[in-house]
Amino acid sequence: MEFLLVNGPGLLFYLFAALAVLAAILVVSSRNPMYSAFALLVSFLAIAALFFLRHAEFLAVVQIFVYGGGIMVLFLFVIMLVNLHRVQEAKIYGMQWPAALLLAVMLIGLVSWVVARVQFSPANLAPAALVSVDGEVVGNVQAVAWQLYQQYLLPFEIASLFLLVAMIGAVVLARKE
Amino acid sequence: MFEITTNHYLVLSAMLFVIGLVGILTRRNMIVVLMSIELVLNSVNLNLAAFSYQYSDLTGQILGVFVIAVAAGEAAVGLAILVGLYRLRGTTELDHASELKG
Repeated sequence: MEFLLVNGPGLLFYLFAALAVLAAILVVSSRNPMYSAFALLVSFLAIAALFFLRHAEFLAVVQIFVYGGGIMVLFLFVIMLVNLHRVQEAKIYGMQWPAALLLAVMLIGLVSWVVARVQFSPANLAPAALVSVDGEVVGNVQAVAWQLYQQYLLPFEIASLFLLVAMIGAVVLARKE
Repeated sequence: MFEITTNHYLVLSAMLFVIGLVGILTRRNMIVVLMSIELVLNSVNLNLAAFSYQYSDLTGQILGVFVIAVAAGEAAVGLAILVGLYRLRGTTELDHASELKG
């Protein structure tokens, strides 16, 4: 019990990290897009749990809402619209795999090199800064909202404009002639 | 003993990024390619959250919210293109859409 209380966050990190990586591998490797979609959902939820462990509660909840809810339903609808009763292709991978392998090995090598050289301290300097407004502890959601509507108001409005444009674009692209 | 540092998050994020990259480059089904793009964007968000915690700065989390907004727009437009491609060709395989020789 003592062990679990002390090492709980670390153990949870390894659990959800393993879950996220395994689900991601399933997304890329499974033959049926429907299985890919469900593996993707598992990966999203595991990553949301990892956000919780890094004190990004608002980001975690938005991840569950937008990815686990919105984008997932969109994917499932399109798979059902498009791929129903189709013969699964014999070859699921194209010819670019040597390039992909090369890029993957290079990137993993680069990140391992950087990670081996840089040591970050395990604890952050002031965890209260993530949950407080003007020195008063209020919670992560309020702190994010404060920053979002004060300092980052213009990007926020541009993001809403972007979503409007994306919506109109999607409707125009998907409509029947 | 199980202390989690930013390095752990960097390694995990790199693994997810590489898995997504391999999916984008190798899969022939456009639906799975779009899913792999979502994986890549998610791994970037993981990095942003880790550094936001490391430096006690909320900017990373706010940038993550914007990344999620962009991912939502990208998924909507990408899937609309996919539906259009399916109407045109009767398949979602990218090998059948190679006029531009990309």
